[in-house]
Amino acid sequence: MSDAKSALPGARYEGFVKLREMGLQGMITLRGDLASAKLAAAVQTATGTAVPGQRQIVTEGDRAAAWMSPDELLLLVPYAEVADIIAAIETALAGEHFLAVNVSDARAMFRLEGALCRDAMAKLSPVDFSEAAFCPGDFRRSRMAQIAAAMWMPDGQSLQVICFRSVAQYAFDLLSAAAAPGSEPRLYG
Amino acid sequence: MLILDCPCCGVSGEETEFHAGGEAHLKRFGPGSSDAEFHDYLFTKENPKGVHLERWRHANGCGKWFLAARDTMTLEVYGTYSAQTTEPPQDIKDKISAKRPGWSWREFS
Ligand SMILES: [Zn+2]
Repeated sequence: MSDAKSALPGARYEGFVKLREMGLQGMITLRGDLASAKLAAAVQTATGTAVPGQRQIVTEGDRAAAWMSPDELLLLVPYAEVADIIAAIETALAGEHFLAVNVSDARAMFRLEGALCRDAMAKLSPVDFSEAAFCPGDFRRSRMAQIAAAMWMPDGQSLQVICFRSVAQYAFDLLSAAAAPGSEPRLYG
Repeated sequence: MLILDCPCCGVSGEETEFHAGGEAHLKRFGPGSSDAEFHDYLFTKENPKGVHLERWRHANGCGKWFLAARDTMTLEVYGTYSAQTTEPPQDIKDKISAKRPGWSWREFS
């Protein structure tokens, strides 16, 4: 077995919010008919959750299912279990029009922690991060400066971001700069 | 700066989340067409000052294509609609007519 490594193992920064790279995270792209009962059952087995509604993420323990587009979900599961879960999905959805792919090593994941995490993110994305528009449970794909990113709030004080692994360093540098002490925009807190 | 509502994922996003994809409602002229038809299909595009129908992609978002009716002079967006249509929906045509009476764009008016 190869020695799997996340994009920036252990990378951290402490500014007006705390930033860290989150290490190995299992991620499965699941495309298909999101209204299908078979697909819903497969998602339930994989993550313990229902199929999320439009632009939502549903979490159950260390697993989650996020709505990526009208025909795509992102399943977050333990890294070591990805192959088994994909095999189970392929069995459950045999005969359906679907796609389940391991994208764990093609992505990087970061976490911002602190009361002002909305403020840090607001510097980078053209998204309304006010509590009225973006809350735990919401899942938003947008851009972070020059790169595509998906973000959500596991709780009211933290924000997680997924981007392509190939731009992980760029993303880390962006988020670090956005969190620099003394640069709080205080839009939201 | 345009604000576009993606009909595929429901996001109301600003322009930089999207990528413009040229003219909407193109009819493809491929194998079997005449040279003139193929030429026009490739190169002869609408470039109006005023009402325009365009393809857009939610590139930094859900990734889907959709169509938009907007005004190239005022930058007003009249509406966005499904790419799986052959003409703009009536409610969007009505909105355009309210602002630009007598408008026309290719075969639509
Ligand atoms: Zn969209």
